[in-house]
Amino acid sequence: MSLLAEVSALDSASSDAAVSEKAAVTESAPVSDSALDTESAKAPLVSLSALTKSFGDLPVLKGIDLEVRPGEVVSIIGRSGSGKSTLLRCINQLEQHDGGAIHVAGKLLDGSEMDAAALAQDVGMVFQSFNLFPHKRVGENVMLAPMLVKGVARDVAEREAREMLAKVGLGEKFDAWPSQLSGGQQQRVAIARALAMHPKVLLCDEITSALDPELVGDVLKVLEQLKREGMTLILVTHEMNFARDVGDRVIFMHQGRVHESGDPATLFANPATEELRQFLGAVL
Amino acid sequence: MNYLPDFPRLLPYLPDLMAGLMTTVWLTALTTTLGILGAVMCVWQRHRAPTSLFSRLLGMLVELLRNTPFIVQLFFIFFGLPALGLSLSAEMAAVIAMTLNLAAYSSEILRAGVDATGRGQWEAGRALGLTRWQSYRHVVLMPALERMYPALTSQCVIVMLGSAVVSQISVADLTFAANFIQSRTFLSFESYVVTAGMYLLLAIAMRALLNRIGRRLFGFRHLTPAPRRRLSSHVLKEAHS
Ligand SMILES: Nc1ncnc2c1ncn2[C@@H]1O[C@H](COP(=O)(O)OP(=O)(O)OP(=O)(O)O)[C@@H](O)[C@H]1O
Ligand SMILES: [Mg+2]
Repeated sequence: MSLLAEVSALDSASSDAAVSEKAAVTESAPVSDSALDTESAKAPLVSLSALTKSFGDLPVLKGIDLEVRPGEVVSIIGRSGSGKSTLLRCINQLEQHDGGAIHVAGKLLDGSEMDAAALAQDVGMVFQSFNLFPHKRVGENVMLAPMLVKGVARDVAEREAREMLAKVGLGEKFDAWPSQLSGGQQQRVAIARALAMHPKVLLCDEITSALDPELVGDVLKVLEQLKREGMTLILVTHEMNFARDVGDRVIFMHQGRVHESGDPATLFANPATEELRQFLGAVL
Repeated sequence: MNYLPDFPRLLPYLPDLMAGLMTTVWLTALTTTLGILGAVMCVWQRHRAPTSLFSRLLGMLVELLRNTPFIVQLFFIFFGLPALGLSLSAEMAAVIAMTLNLAAYSSEILRAGVDATGRGQWEAGRALGLTRWQSYRHVVLMPALERMYPALTSQCVIVMLGSAVVSQISVADLTFAANFIQSRTFLSFESYVVTAGMYLLLAIAMRALLNRIGRRLFGFRHLTPAPRRRLSSHVLKEAHS
């Protein structure tokens, strides 16, 4: 795999962009902008307070408080049915929450005046079942949303799509159909598709669970690379090794609450609660 | 019982048959296009706001059109509507009746295709910021059409064959030409054999054309197997030999 070469190519590309961005900043509005930048870097990117959600009579989220800072990689673990997916889906409003508040990039999400197009530029999502569009070639899958939602011109969208696909190690698959790809490749296309909207945070719901074991590594490698580039990630995952080695923080959910959370090494080594101990005993 | 068919006597009427054929062809081309478009919009409206008054009226109209004879629908539009002050030319009435009829049947077919689309496709569109209409138009519609394409193709052919009825309101289609020739020559056997043959050829040509269009539109379905699978069967063969 030429992932390494691509990473370094990408690094130089992004540092170029950073240089020109800086130049632009100094030209236009010098001091106040950079002050704002450092300010917003400290503020949480995603913040949930007292978040509740029920499906009919079934309370699924019973008051979740969570703050995720820019560049953080947060792993959410917990038993089936503990509300992990529902939590993620509330953050990008695939589900409307009942109570509490969700802020993303400083903006309050309240179902009523929610603008899906604006939210999609802050929050990207990758699903367990890929959900690629089967009738569109790989490249078109990646180009579709930037063109439709952001009005990006076709040639610009195509250049970006090729860039994103190269980033996930699939530069040569631009013209392939999704059905011609392996599961791991499809999932990496799904990541590229989400990244093409330049979200500030990427939500991943068990994105390796549907993959053959030998394909999981490729997808995790992409996530690691995203972390190195400073992407904020919130992952529901069963990959405990990944949560421990790459994650900054682990959230253990139990019966709709954050039961325990903390630094992965400590949490895995010394679970404070019986529930987490049992859970880890079952999965490790 | 010693009837000897006399096909050559039809020859002078060939131009009439060809003119009728052309009418049938353009009627069919126009109404299948409009009908499918109508179905696409009808399914969208009923998906977008299933309980709205408009959607319910649409649903009732679809049921009405699917459960009454086409010839009655045609007569109502051509002979009945003038009573309400709406007079249409025969061709216009035929176009409207055929379009509505095809739209009604194919909207039910397409709706099944849309309903069979996984929730994940809608959600993927939504998570990328697409509006519901954009998800329908760019994500859901094509695979739904593909899924239902054989049924839609058949429905279009049925409408073409059913268009023979418009001769009853004096639209000069293929059947109209056949009736005309028959009444002039009394060669009933010959006229209708030739006409039936022309309908048959037309139906075959139409299916071939629709299949071509389908292969173009839905190229994503007709693929070589994924490379991984090919590799493994190859490996398997080698292991066996
Ligand atoms: N759309 C829905 N309608 C009704 N109930 C739902 C819906 N989605 C989820 N639930 C219920 O909410 C609870 C939490 O579901 P959720 O998918 O968030 O769990 P999870 O932690 O992601 O579990 P898993 O590990 O199995 O994915 C479950 O009891 C589930 O049955
Ligand atoms: Mg889940």
